[in-house]
Order: sequence, then structure tokens, then C-alpha cells
Amino acid sequence: MEPFTTLEAAAIPIDQPNLDTDQIIPARFLGRPRPTQVDALFHDLRYTPDRTPRPEFVTNMPAFKGARIVVAERNFACGSSRENAVTVMVDNGFRAFIAPSFGDIFFNNCFQNAALPIRLDAARVAEIRVLLHAKPGSMVKIDLAAQTVVGPDGKTDRFEIDSFRKDCLLKGVDEVNLTLGYEKDIAAFEARQRQELSWL
Amino acid sequence: MAAAARTMFEKIWQRHVVVDRDDGYTLLYVDRHLMHDGSAAGFAKLRERKIKLRRPDRGFATPDHYVLSSSRAVADIPDPQHRSLVEQIRTNAAESGITLFDLGDERQGIAHVVGPEQGVTQPGLTLVCGDSHTSTHGALGALAFGIGSSEVAHVMATQCLWQRKPKAMRVSVEGKLGAGITAKDVILAIIAKIGTAGAVGHVIEYAGSAIRGLSIEGRLTVCNMSIEAGGKAGMVAPDDTTIAYLKGRPFAPKAAEWDKAVAFWRTLPSDEGATFDRDVSLDAAAIAPMVTWGTSPEDALSITGRIPEPSTAPDAAKKDSMKRALDYMGLVPGTLLEEVPVDRVFIGSCTNSRIEDLRAAAKVAAGRKVVIPAWVVAGSGLVKKQAEAEGLDKIFLAAGFEWREPGCSMCVGMNGDTGKPGQRIASTSNRNFIGRQGPGVRTHLVSPAMAVAAAVTGHFTDVRKLLG
Ligand code: SF4
Repeated sequence: MEPFTTLEAAAIPIDQPNLDTDQIIPARFLGRPRPTQVDALFHDLRYTPDRTPRPEFVTNMPAFKGARIVVAERNFACGSSRENAVTVMVDNGFRAFIAPSFGDIFFNNCFQNAALPIRLDAARVAEIRVLLHAKPGSMVKIDLAAQTVVGPDGKTDRFEIDSFRKDCLLKGVDEVNLTLGYEKDIAAFEARQRQELSWL
Repeated sequence: MAAAARTMFEKIWQRHVVVDRDDGYTLLYVDRHLMHDGSAAGFAKLRERKIKLRRPDRGFATPDHYVLSSSRAVADIPDPQHRSLVEQIRTNAAESGITLFDLGDERQGIAHVVGPEQGVTQPGLTLVCGDSHTSTHGALGALAFGIGSSEVAHVMATQCLWQRKPKAMRVSVEGKLGAGITAKDVILAIIAKIGTAGAVGHVIEYAGSAIRGLSIEGRLTVCNMSIEAGGKAGMVAPDDTTIAYLKGRPFAPKAAEWDKAVAFWRTLPSDEGATFDRDVSLDAAAIAPMVTWGTSPEDALSITGRIPEPSTAPDAAKKDSMKRALDYMGLVPGTLLEEVPVDRVFIGSCTNSRIEDLRAAAKVAAGRKVVIPAWVVAGSGLVKKQAEAEGLDKIFLAAGFEWREPGCSMCVGMNGDTGKPGQRIASTSNRNFIGRQGPGVRTHLVSPAMAVAAAVTGHFTDVRKLLG
């Protein structure tokens, strides 16, 4: 997996709370191969039913072109387990998400795709979104090793991340390979379980 | 010294630790892995790496998302990509050696209906599936949660998952539910109270006399929507109801193993005095039939209520999101819920498509006629067969419902079962997200009995008036 170390890029503000994974990528696109899903990102928010782009939607605004960071509202990407919600973001260039809280499964899925979800205080996240609206295209800087986010106003915030996740991201660790290294422990567990829960 | 009092979640968690790392991460063993027609990506990832499934004996699959509700023939699926996904589960199962309940087999159905029905889901086990509503299985006292497709591949390869231990939360519903109040109303009332992010990072244990009084079907409905409350999982302690439900199920333990299993299951409930990181309680008697009015499951109201006024919102952001939701839903604040007309009804999904749901629906439908299009989609072939043996299909057909083939169907519309833009649907499913049942479709979540009440009157109706 590609490592994640630092990222300095334009960020888009997403103001709706509880923006669910069906909004990130509607279900009807999930049966397609990944390369053909790229344009499905925020599909029904971005386009009217006759597929005219809605000029007021943030990813349609020229000033936000090339953005790689999302600054969202609480409970971002709640809903379904579809990993496509992460991959469609990654395939559109996004690598980091900042929000007061996330849907649990989306949060986990990020780490499987070299993307970084960051939880920050709700008031500060709201403040960053206001700054981004005021000056579209302004930059946010993320340093994973230092666990910091520098907002468009130059103010630095520290974020928490599990050291396991941090390490895996920084080194681009492949989790399956990592786990296969614990083969002996897994086999021992299975032998024990065969005794204890023999009906399984 | 006596051992510290532990929660059921804690007991199941501890029993599944393969490795505890110093950094707070645990390699957790997975006892059961359910797969469906959306699991093709996991198999593809595994094939890419040339790894075989570690424990095919622990894998069970059934196609549900992409199967048609009008036909059982794979060849009838019009979209070639969807058809291929249903075909792939067949070839992947054959190649890997997992158990498959295929299209045409009466055991096929929605994975979260099939697992408990087959006795694959059992107390004290860990169970995962590449689907968020895996929380359903916790109703039998299992630790069950949804994962993404990379984690699906990880489980296939290692039978384990890296997890950080979630917190424990207890939601107690005490007292007696009123007449006509179902498990669906209970869980919608819980979500309305705690919000869709109310249980983020937590495993919920549902407790209290009203929960203990629910059948397994009812508990499955409650646990199903734990994810809509933001929870990692939901569970109910196993008791006599659980044990009676599992007895004789095809994959449940038999003979001497049965007794051994039951003895183990009896040790699982949370110990007296076990502490939870969060405790919430509700009064069962205060719960009325619920209907959602907005585009988030927390936007739920009692049927006796009115569409809320955004001006009453606590802050500007909430006001804005209420306005947006009402706009999408085409609703005017202040309108009585009972005066909102409905265009279509869907009874089905992993929330409410079990035999008890169909019985409750048939009870209201009997001797009445639908005035709008209405579907019943059983959760599995066995549910459908059972309903037909009880004559429920006849009641639905006589009332003008369509009686369709098992699968996810209109819950998410991946198989093409979607509504038309602007249509208002009373649905027994679990998500009223924007566009969930098709672009522009307005979804209102209700119980099966409330769905029938809407179908026979053409607007939301307090089912208690029809139960008489
Ligand atoms: S019925 Fe709906 S919620 Fe349940 S698994 Fe199928 S699509 Fe998901």
C-alpha cells in the first residue's frame, strides 16, 4: 500500500451533517467495475436528474478543482459498509477527511485504502469550513507523523490517531501480510477453540 | 477474589482475542463469515494475491442484493454486470468450498435473514459480513458487525480482523409495549432519542423487560438498525427464547453438543453489576407507532404528530438540514402525519421480512383492499414457504398486494426495484436516505403493520385504529 506521510492540498467544505454513503456513491453504481465508478462521486448531489451539473455543489466549483482533502460535518459517511465510498473518493484524488465524527465502517475502510480520516473538535471543523467557503481553494496541511492539521488561517491543531493505524499508514503496511505473520497465534487459537467450542 | 463483573460484549470479545498488541489493537478471531453477491470484490482481492480462504467451513453465502423479485432465473437479470455478480457468488463458492444457499434453493434469501434462520448465527460467536446490517445477528447474542471489502478479503485470508475495542452501551426499554406497537417502533424511538451518531464507537446491548419480551424476530429488527444509531453492533442476551429458537435449526449443534452449547450460552449474559460506558433508558409504554418524516432515520415521529417546524430547531445548522430534508420530502411543516398521502408501499428488507412481520402485516390486510401499489417481499425462500403454508399469501393477494420473490429488492433498489422520482413510499426497510429507493424517491420508515395501514388507506394511518 502507498504510504501516507504529509499532504498539503486544497480542501472542500461539506456542510451537511450525517452525509451518508448513499450520497457519496449511490447504490446503482456499485455493480460496476471500479474504474467506471469515478464519475459517480456525489452523483445525485452534483447533477440534476437530467445530468446537468449543479453549479452550486462544491465539487462543481472551479475554485475547488484539484482538492484532495474533505472537511465535513458530524457523522460523515455514515450508513452502508460500501468501501466504494472510500475508493471513489481516492480515485477522485481525495486522501484525507476531517470531521467531528465519522460512520464507523467508513472510518475503518479509509485505512485499507491509504486514506486518513481525522477527528477534530466540531467548533474548529466548522471554523475551517467557513474559511474554505470564504476563500475557495485555500490549503490545508496535514502531517501524520506530527499528528497535526494546519488550517487555511495558519492555525495548527493536533489530532489523535491510534499508533497502530498511524504506523500502518506511515509505512504503507499491507495488513494481510502483517496478519499472516501471526500465523502461529491464529493456529493456536483455532486449536483451543476446537476444544472449547467443539460444535462449531 | 471474585472475578470482576463483565458485560456480555466483554465476555465474547475476550474469548476471541488472538493477539493483543501494546498499541491497543487486537487481532480478533472471526467465527462466521457471511457473504453475498456484493462480496465478489473480496474474492477478487484474494485471487489477485493467490491466497486461498483460510476457513471455508466458516463461510456461508447467499445472493440477495442483485437478485430479481420477479424471477428466480439468473438469466433473467437484465443488467449484465449484476448478472455476473450473482453468477460469481456461485463460482466463488464452488471454488472456495464455502456453503452456498443459491438462487432456486428455498434457503436463499437476505443474508441477515438466512443466517439466524439456518442456525449459522449463534450466541457467543463473532460474525462478520461485508454489509452494515450485520448488526442484525446480535439478536441471538453474537458479536456481529459489518466490514468493508478489504476487510472481507482480510477475513477470507486470515479468519481474523484488526480491531480496536469499542465501548459498551446499554439501552434499556422497560415496561410493556402498547397494543399494535412493534419492535420497529421501538428501534425508531431509540434512534429518535439518541440520534444517528448516538452510539458511534459503541456496541449496544439492548436490555429491559420490553426487549426480553420480544420474539427473536423482533430482536432481529431492533439489532438490525443499531447501525442507524451509529453503533458498531447491537446485541441481546441469549435466554430461553433464544435457545428455543435455535433448537433444531440445520446448523445449530446437535445431541450432546447441543447441551454443551446451551451450557456455554447460559454463561454469556452480562453479569449483575457489570458497568457500561453509557446507559440510556426508554419507557416502553410511551412508544407509539413511528413514522420517519425526513432523510435520516433519527427523523422519526409518533404517528400522532405533525411535520416539524424548522423554526423550532436548536441551531442554524439543524434548521438548515431540516429545511433541506422537508424540501426533498415535499412536506409542509405543521401537517398532521396522518394527512400525508402515500403513493406506494414496500414490505420487506432485512429489518422486517420475517414470518412474524408478514403475520403482523397480514393481520391488518385481512379483509381490506390496497388503494396504492404495494409489495410484499419475503426475506427468504423459507419465510415465503412458511407464509404460504399459513395462507398469508392468499390474504395479501386478495387485498391486492404483489407477492414477490425473496431478496433485498426495494430496500436499496440495486436489482432495479426502485420507485419513481417524487414518489412517496411507506417502507419497512431501515434507511430513508436521499435517493435510497431511487433518485428523487421519498422514503418513510414504518413497521409492517403501519405499512399495510398506509396501503389500505392511501395515507399514513395509526394502525391502532384499524386493529380495533
Ligand atoms: S435488505 Fe437492505 S439493508 Fe438489508 S442487506 Fe439488503 S440492501 Fe442491505
